[in-house]
Parts: sequence; structure tokens; C-alpha cells
Amino acid sequence: MPQVDLEALRRQVSQLERGSSPVASGRFSVGSTAIDTALGGGLMRGALHEIFAGQIMHEPSAASFAVMLAIRAAGERPVVWVRQDFVGLEMGEIYAPGLAELGLSPDRLILVRARDAPSVLRAGEEAARCPPLGAVLIEPWGNPKTLDLVASRRLALAAGRSNVPLFMVRAGGTALPSAAATRWRISASPSVPLEGEAPGHPAFAVELLRDRVGSAGRNWIVEWDRDRREFKDLETIPGRMVPVPPGRSPDAAEAGYRDAG
Amino acid sequence: MRRRRDTETPAEPLVITEKVKGAMRLAAISPEAKRAGLLPGLTLADARARIPDLWVEEMDPHADAALLDRIADDCDRFTPVIVIDAPEGLLLDITGCDHLFGSEAQLRTLFNARLRRAGIHVRAVIASAPDAARALARYGRTAIVPPGEDAAAVRPLPIAALGLADDARLSISRAGLKTIGAIADRPSTAFAARFGEKMTLRLRRVLGEADPPLDPRRPVPMLWVERRFPEPIGRAEDIEAVLGELSDKASNRLGEQREGGRVFEASFFRADGAVRRIAVETGRPIRNTRILLRLFREKLDALADPVDPGFGFDMIRLSLPVTEPLDTIQPGLDGHAIEADEVADLADRLSTRFGTANVLRFLPEDTHDPNRAAKAVPASFNPLTSPVWPTPEEEEPPLRPVQIFDPPQLVDASAQVPDGPPLHFNWRRRKHVVVHAEGPERIAPEWWRAPDASERDYYRVEDIEGRRFWLFRSGAYGSKAHPRWYVHGLFA
Repeated sequence: MPQVDLEALRRQVSQLERGSSPVASGRFSVGSTAIDTALGGGLMRGALHEIFAGQIMHEPSAASFAVMLAIRAAGERPVVWVRQDFVGLEMGEIYAPGLAELGLSPDRLILVRARDAPSVLRAGEEAARCPPLGAVLIEPWGNPKTLDLVASRRLALAAGRSNVPLFMVRAGGTALPSAAATRWRISASPSVPLEGEAPGHPAFAVELLRDRVGSAGRNWIVEWDRDRREFKDLETIPGRMVPVPPGRSPDAAEAGYRDAG
Repeated sequence: MRRRRDTETPAEPLVITEKVKGAMRLAAISPEAKRAGLLPGLTLADARARIPDLWVEEMDPHADAALLDRIADDCDRFTPVIVIDAPEGLLLDITGCDHLFGSEAQLRTLFNARLRRAGIHVRAVIASAPDAARALARYGRTAIVPPGEDAAAVRPLPIAALGLADDARLSISRAGLKTIGAIADRPSTAFAARFGEKMTLRLRRVLGEADPPLDPRRPVPMLWVERRFPEPIGRAEDIEAVLGELSDKASNRLGEQREGGRVFEASFFRADGAVRRIAVETGRPIRNTRILLRLFREKLDALADPVDPGFGFDMIRLSLPVTEPLDTIQPGLDGHAIEADEVADLADRLSTRFGTANVLRFLPEDTHDPNRAAKAVPASFNPLTSPVWPTPEEEEPPLRPVQIFDPPQLVDASAQVPDGPPLHFNWRRRKHVVVHAEGPERIAPEWWRAPDASERDYYRVEDIEGRRFWLFRSGAYGSKAHPRWYVHGLFA
């Protein structure tokens, strides 16, 4: 009987399970082979990631994308979401049944409502120091004065120590110098309609504006598959024309938008 | 209770007046006024006629109540169990507290001295039965009644000490019964028949034969520890050290009882009588000093108006109004439980700093009303059953938005057909052209909540840029009121 190398077999199986992009250590798979590969094996776990909205009207997509990354990173562990009150007033309050429909069970979520940006940062840092958490989302509004390089370094440091990923949704904000490991810009993208021209699954135009260790300036159009908790690459679906939303191009990277809407 | 005047004005007789049936009458008088021959109940006009040089103030029941409350606050240092006996009395339950001051007599001396310094004259009586002490304070001369001798001490008091209504008191005294003892010697059935059970119950309470129900102004803590200082302390480090010491003490006592605290209240008693209370709450019972101190530090740090030590605190008390069973923790046995505890501690710290109303969890509600489908509760709230969220159907896109407007925002929309989705709508000064839509999903209002609300037809729509909205139409075309469109939520 030939000797079976169990370890090698296990590695092989896990490779198959994870698809063609093995996830590097200290990272988690964002759930899309293309993006994982571009990131060099998934997204850094103990780090700060900034997520911008293409325009202020796309804030729900940016926040949802952050939720999806949190779902990927957290598994079954609890998630803390710190949100400045103004975001809720402007873009609507978090709706738990809607989160459940994205795949984040609301009973795993602790929501902190903060009056101002300093409170958001303070609560976010406190939460990011708690290792049992799966992920922390923080959502200050605009470009608060307190969110400088020092503040973002503190957040990144807290995330690094606890190995809890920290996603900062920058609704209505522009790119400032920060210690974020990656920076994304998310916009809603036309979905693949279902039967009877019904709106389909959430689709986003994802731009990787910055990656501290890898290449940046890439963009994808993806669709969130709630049932499998992963992203589907929309451009690879044969026979589908996906219109690129106007007003956005990779050239506009790092520029950031302001929108009066 | 009388308040001495601060000013050194000549001692004119002071009277407090009150309007009774349209006439100004004296409600309370100073000793000088009493010496001058005035009596409460006299009309102000009569009093002025007798003594023209009168200092008149109007009765202010609210100020009286506020003063009584402040005094009660200050008396908290003697015992946490205080009953307000309006309008001018306080009942202090000093059971088990006297030894802290040496003896009952020493406690009483200290108590009197403290109030006299504040310019307040009191008659303090210590007795076993609250009602006996109450009667003796008003009508007696005894200061401390030895245990078991309440009845003997109360017997010589006039029947007015029973606190009966005027007509009952009058009838009894007309019968020739002048003292409580005289009534107590007669069979109670006769009095019960004539004046009701209430009167005999009062009698028994004053004699110490029945316990009155007491209603302390603040909930009586399950457990409390305190520390008094001969010299008032004020430095933040000292205060924290004392809090640590008290937490240790409380935690030991909790450990003995196999309990943990849910609410911890630190009371800071300032030397000048002001009392400041700071409470922290936890989501689960704890007795860990380190966690508790961290919560207090958060709380003290987050206070909008910091605790002002003034000339220093002469006493700090840590009381636990709510305790719950907590078994000894066996660390290391269950890593999962420890992680859950760490998250609970985080929630407690965040709640302490940002307020329990701002640190929330969601619970599902069994309702069709989208506004009430999720209930936000404080993160420290422990539901009895674990919540069950409906699992979304496979292959379906999200049917509910991630963000919702409350109230829904009115939009200017136009639909192609009366029952169809909108073709386009204007929201926030922008035109959104609808390319995909699904609906209607009719959600009827819950008639037992809002009988007049109209039905809502919800649509999931996507505009040309890919943004997804949850719109609804309220009212139907063709009905009296023109239907209106609202955006209720935003999808991912």
C-alpha cells in the first residue's frame, strides 16, 4: 500500500476549496478570485481599510461592500459598527432585516451611534482592540478634522495588535493622508436583471485605489452572492454587456468626490 | 424643621403665610413670633394688628420639598434607607448602621451637629418602631427609646400624636381620652367600630405592634460598602484608589454570595453636604474589580460636568442595587465563553461612555410593518430567548434595503400606469430614471395601530446608474386623495 502523505493531501484539498488563489497568512479572502489575486492573496486582516463611495449617493453601496468584507472576515464572530449620527440622518438608518439579506445576521452586530467624528474614532479604536471581534466598521461623516494621519495610525495600530480588520467607510469624504493598508472606491453598478426586469443581486463597481504592498488602480464589476458569501465577477459572465457608469474612470483614482446631493 | 436666618437682622418675628379659603393665614411661625403670642392658623391681618413689626414670607411648598430632599441626600451618609415623611420629616432606617458611629447616641449627636451646622434645627428620636419615633419626635421629649420600650415611651403622648383627622381627634378627646395610653388600655374593637380599622392600625403602629410599609426614596441596595475619611479627599488618584478598595470589598462579598452586580453606583458625599452619584451598568453580572474600575474610569472621563470635589469628599459609598447569581468562573475551560465575555465587557465599556441608548443590538419583531421589523435594544439587554431572524430565500436578491428613512421621504414620481412602478422620480434635486422594477408588494398598515393609514405598494427599483431604491406609493390613483410616492430605503 502506497504511503499517503496526509498533510500534502490536506493542502491540496484546501487549495481546491479556496479556488486558485491561496490566501496568504494574516489575510482573508474577499471572496473574488480576481480581487484576491490582485491583492496578492487576500486582504490584510489586522489592518485599516478605507472604503469611499463613488459619489455620496453611492454610500449605501460603499457601506454594504464594507459589510460584505466584514462577513468574509468575521465568519461567525461578532461585528461592531460605529456610525456617526449624521450618516443615518442623511443616508438612512441601518436596517437590520436588510443586513440579514446581505448575509450578516443582525444578532452578531453591535451598533454604536456616535454623535461626532471624535466619538466615532474613539469607539472604533476601543472596539478594534477587542480580539474576539470578527470585524469593526466605522463610519464618520465627511472629512472630520480629527481624522488625521495620527488618528488613522492609531486605528491601524489597534487593528494590527488585535488582528481585527477595521473598515472605515468614508461617506461624503475625500482621500486624506492615512495609514490605511488599502483604499477602495465603491459605486453601485447596474445589476443583472431577474425575470420580469426585476432588479437583481447587488452589483458594484469596485476600484482599488491604493494598496500599500501591491499594485493599485485596478477595477472590477462584481455581484454579491449572498448564499455563497462571495463575489461573482460580472464581466466574466458571457453574453452580458455591463455598462460602465458614467462619471467614473480609473484615472480619477485618489481624486475623491464631493457631492452636494 | 426651621431654618435659621443667615443675616444678623434684629430678631423680628418671622411668619410664613398660606392662603386658606381666600384668607392669608399663618402656616408656620418662628420662636420669636411664638413668644410674641402668635399662633399658626391666625389670619395675617390679625397678626399684623397684634405685632405691626412682622417679617412675612409666603409659603413655598416646592422649596420646602426641595430642601427636605437635599437634607435627605446629605443624610444618606448615615444610612442608604431614607423615607421622606412630608412635609417636614425624615425617617432613617439605621438598622445595622449605628456601630459605624460608635453607638446610637453618638450617631444622634453627630446627626444633630451636622444639621445644626447647616442652620437646621431638628428633633431626632431613635426608636424601634418608625411610627413611635415619628410620634415622639413631634410630641415627646425622649431622645432614644431603648429596644422594646416603644409602647411605654409613647403612652404619655397626646392623642394628636396618632395623626388622626380633626373630627376623630375631637370626638376622642371629648370622650375624655387624652393620651395614647388611655386609648391603648381600652378594647380596640370599640374604636375600630367607631373610627374604622385605620385608626386602630395607626395605634398599633405607634405602639410598635405593627410594622408600617416603608417607601424609601431610593431603592434599597442589595449590597453596599462605604469608606469614611477623617480628612476630606479630593485628588483624582485618591478617589480612584478608594473606588478600587471599595470594589475589592464589594467583590469579596459578592464572591461569598456567589453573585455579581449589574448596576454599581458610587456616591460621593461632599463635606458641604452635596452628594454626587455616578452609576455604571453591565450587561451581565460581574464582580471583577479590574473591569469595574475600567467602567468607572470611562464614566468619570465621559461626564459632561466632572465630579467636583469642592473642599473634598468625606465619604464614598459603592452600592449595588441589582445583583444576580454568578457562579465561580473556571477560566480556561471554555475559551468560547471567555471570548463572549470579552465582547460583553466591550459593550459595557462603550455603553458607559456613549450611553446605553447608543450601543445597540437588534431583535427581530414578528410584524409586517417594515418600520417595526427590527427593534434596537441596548446591547446590554439580555433577551430570554435567542432571537431568530428569518433566513432569506435562496437565489433571491435582497428584498429589504440596508438603510431606511424614518420617516420615508416624499419624492416626485410619475408612473406609466395607475398600478405600475414609477418611470422616473425626482429625489434630492436629481432625476432618477427607472430601468428595472419589481412590485408591487402591498403592505397594509396595522389597523390597530394606525386606523387611518392607507395601504402601501412597495417597489424595488433600479435607476440607470445602478442605484437601487425601495419606493412605495401611498394611496391609489382614482381615489379622492392623489397617491403620493416616497423613498423608504436604499439597497446595497
